[in-house]
Amino acid sequence: MSRLNANNELLAKEVIARYPIKKSALIPLLHLVQEQNGYVTSEGMTHLAELLDITSAEVLGTCSFYEMFKLEPVGRYVINVCGTMSCQLLGADELIHHAEERLGIKVGATTDDGLFTLEKAECQAACTEAPCLQVNYRHEYRVTHGDFDALVDRLVADSKKNGSAVIPPHGTLSETRQHIPAGRAVGAVAPDEVDGAPVWLPVDEPEETA
Amino acid sequence: MTLGGVEIERAAGFVANDTPRIVTSRFGVDDSHTLVGYLATGGYEGIRAALKKRPDEVHSQITEATVLGRGGAGFPAGVKWGFMPKDVWPRYLVVNGDESEPGTYKDRLLMELDPHQLIEGCLIASYAVGLSQCFLYVRGEMAVAQERIATALNEAYEAGYVGRNILGTDFSLDIVLHWGAGAYVVGEETALIESLEGNRGMPRLKPPYFPAAIGLYGKPTIVNNVETLANLPWIATNGAEAYRAIGTESSPGTRMVAVSGHVKRPGVYEIINGTTTFRQLLFDDEYCGGMREGRTLKAFVPGGGSAPWFLPDQLDLPFEASQVGPAGSMLGSGAIMVMDDTTDIPKAAHSLTRFYAHESCGKCVPCREGGTWLERILGRIVDGHGTTRDLEMLIEVGETICPGDFPHAASERLGLEAQRFPYQMTTICFVGPSAFAPAHSALTLFPEEFRDRVREVSDDDPVATGVGAVPVELKGVGAQ
Ligand SMILES: Cc1cc2nc3c(=O)[nH]c(=O)nc-3n(C[C@H](O)[C@H](O)[C@H](O)COP(=O)(O)O)c2cc1C
Ligand code: SF4
Ligand code: FES
Repeated sequence: MSRLNANNELLAKEVIARYPIKKSALIPLLHLVQEQNGYVTSEGMTHLAELLDITSAEVLGTCSFYEMFKLEPVGRYVINVCGTMSCQLLGADELIHHAEERLGIKVGATTDDGLFTLEKAECQAACTEAPCLQVNYRHEYRVTHGDFDALVDRLVADSKKNGSAVIPPHGTLSETRQHIPAGRAVGAVAPDEVDGAPVWLPVDEPEETA
Repeated sequence: MTLGGVEIERAAGFVANDTPRIVTSRFGVDDSHTLVGYLATGGYEGIRAALKKRPDEVHSQITEATVLGRGGAGFPAGVKWGFMPKDVWPRYLVVNGDESEPGTYKDRLLMELDPHQLIEGCLIASYAVGLSQCFLYVRGEMAVAQERIATALNEAYEAGYVGRNILGTDFSLDIVLHWGAGAYVVGEETALIESLEGNRGMPRLKPPYFPAAIGLYGKPTIVNNVETLANLPWIATNGAEAYRAIGTESSPGTRMVAVSGHVKRPGVYEIINGTTTFRQLLFDDEYCGGMREGRTLKAFVPGGGSAPWFLPDQLDLPFEASQVGPAGSMLGSGAIMVMDDTTDIPKAAHSLTRFYAHESCGKCVPCREGGTWLERILGRIVDGHGTTRDLEMLIEVGETICPGDFPHAASERLGLEAQRFPYQMTTICFVGPSAFAPAHSALTLFPEEFRDRVREVSDDDPVATGVGAVPVELKGVGAQ
């Protein structure tokens, strides 16, 4: 089933309620579809269009702009090796080459067992820890060829442990979700329905401009 | 320390002994990312102090402190907030946590190691300008930062620091964690807003130059960088004067700088703004400790991948925009990439140009087409298939993106005078010019490395007439 399941639909509604305009929830919800299915399914996109009162074309339009959204199945672990300058100065090209050899696939491909997809990525905000990579968007720093092999072995072993894997399958980002307790929320109001300044701004005081 | 089995804290904030720690004070402290750890180290004192003042007084305090924006442009925060039109409501705060400029590594550390400090910064800014909706936009590829911020927000809501009637006052603020999905250009503030509206992340046409008047949902919006906001709790606690006592008149306080590449100890450092020099940072033992054994400095990128390059000639410049600009570059996002004498200069330039060509959103022709051309031309030079005509073409294509003189550093070796920053551009945002900057710097400062690499062709050589005439077996060329 590749529409959002019942639990995720509830979650989606909670996320939508946080935004003054529903469509703002689109990217987080595309991530939710990807988390449930490992990639963004077309039924999932249709479901989001229904939930957000927009067209499926608008959903696809946004989805296709962003590199993290995969429209086809990928490996359980997506390995992104950084190839930008700081990493390249310290051996990224060699690391990518080694990764291709170790996994037996070219950049962009997925291993036959469906475990690994290899990608060449751009700067991962870890430039002082070059060369670096990410597994499902979690960093590994100063990766030697030996480290890479050990990582692959560890991930293969992890994938066999049901439920206790250290790195969740592709699609899951934060495992903690923001939850705003009902009694604490200020509440999102449509921009056109807001009238006037918030209550704590003193009405008689002119507001400071620089 | 690990989270989900992933080591995240190896690079955290080395600081020279006598440097005040304004934003990195909790790096290396146990549980710095939890509410308990934050409260034990002076956390949420800044918002308590701010709430005792009127909002406009807090705004004045931040304006007076002169917090230069840390996202790249260096515009003072308080002044920018003042651009919002009076009496137009609602207003929004969007936090730019999309850090992805090549070489830049600081916002992710601030989000992972001290998320409550950032949340407190959002509280202070929102109270000061009168808004009750804040969106904290974290780069999509940062699972751990998202985890830490989600957890911190949940704690802060429970404990009454965020949400309705904060600390028992009338001040109410929702902070919503939002996250992206992989697109560098979304870091540009109007693209960030488009993305937050659920659209393709393409920059908006300027003017207006700031989203202060017309931003999210067409309403007044402040966009601030993570590090900019992380400074606010310290200022609210210690006062604007204490902040101004650090650094220089025009660049007060500290700033975070990531030094990567060929130095002994790459790392992220909090340095004194305005006075610390590149030489200190790269060579002093308390910072990077110099080049790798037996190597010498060839060049460095002083302010993120978009910045024109510097040579050893510029090492004694301080971190001060008013000196770095005339010298031909910019401080940008606090990212220094260091190249030693082993560096293949055309290849290094290609790596950066490829980045910007790849990240072009496609809205402007000079960036979309020009960036790709620059990338291909550099690529074939690196691969040994370039010609002298390619060297001219690099500049010609660059001039369609940035007409006129492009900034560059002075070089004693080449007898070259500096061309000051900034430049003119034909594109909506800086991605286009950024594709040209590394190519231009490399070619201007190291012409011999290109000349040695390309084949001489005369004007009537078919190869010299353009891309389409290049034999198809040459890699990366002739795809059409
Ligand atoms: C192509 C491009 C990418 C940018 N990326 C970022 C970024 O990742 N993070 C950031 O804070 N600012 C980035 N900026 C700068 C923002 O547009 C904006 O100036 C900044 O977020 C304002 O915050 P500040 O005033 O606190 O620096 C980028 C600008 C451009 C043109
Ligand atoms: S300069 Fe490039 S990235 Fe920026 S708006 Fe134009 S096409 Fe898009
Ligand atoms: S260049 Fe690889 S993480 Fe920045």
